[in-house]
Amino acid sequence: MPRSNEQWVSRLKARQDTTLIELRGILIRNLGKALVRHSHVDEGLIEDMVQDSVMRILDRLDQFEGNSQFVTWATSIAIRVAMGELRRRRWKDVSLSQILPDANTTFAGTVDSAPPPERILMRQSMVQAMYEAMEKCLSERQRTALLAELKGMPLDEIAQRMGSNRNAIYKLTHDARKKLRTGLEAAGYTAEDINESTSEVIA
Amino acid sequence: MRLSKEETDELLRQIGLTEDQEIDCDQCLALVAEFAEQEACGARVRAALEAVRQHLAICGECQEEYAALCLTLDNAETKPNG
Ligand SMILES: [Zn+2]
Repeated sequence: MPRSNEQWVSRLKARQDTTLIELRGILIRNLGKALVRHSHVDEGLIEDMVQDSVMRILDRLDQFEGNSQFVTWATSIAIRVAMGELRRRRWKDVSLSQILPDANTTFAGTVDSAPPPERILMRQSMVQAMYEAMEKCLSERQRTALLAELKGMPLDEIAQRMGSNRNAIYKLTHDARKKLRTGLEAAGYTAEDINESTSEVIA
Repeated sequence: MRLSKEETDELLRQIGLTEDQEIDCDQCLALVAEFAEQEACGARVRAALEAVRQHLAICGECQEEYAALCLTLDNAETKPNG
């Protein structure tokens, strides 16, 4: 039965059983839809995820500002819990050193053998400047986090292996990106040059 | 250390999108429900939510979670009451 945001919050704060059961039912249905592309997720796993999600939602009721439907907000939290669990399972046997066997050696990229037109030359020298900035301007932690992310490891998983949390790793990589941008600017490349270099397909 | 062309492109793309001030993953989570509802009904999002769009363009995990949230939005329970 539809209810207002205020009703959801006040009844959940009072730990009203019928409301808790209703929330669980909605989250089970919504996670079923949200995870439809993850064929290996069965009902038992979804129920476990919902159990964890409800605890998280109850802990954060005071943070709900009412700018969306309560159910959308609760579902966004359940999805974070569920995706975190799926990523943990997918990556559990992968170490940072496996995906970054040589993170601190000199950087190199693919170089074209065909005679390069001007734009390709510019891109190559920009990429070279970026590699130099990666070696000179980034701390080892910044480099490790940024490279692991580029290699496809999720932030939560990088965080777990670096003794940190997802938010802190995001901030670490954000600082790293700002340093690389500054490094590229110092080498004479504008934001426009950087954006142009990726907006075109250059072999 | 060798980066593939795709990894190099992705890094350049992210550097190109980098802002001095960005929201982090927790701030994104706090705003993403409102952002998803407004995007779903084609509304122009309020200025504070543009930071969500920028975060989603950089953060693969938040983008994946946002896409999953959008799959739930045709659900009757998520629509406004009444
Ligand atoms: Zn994020």
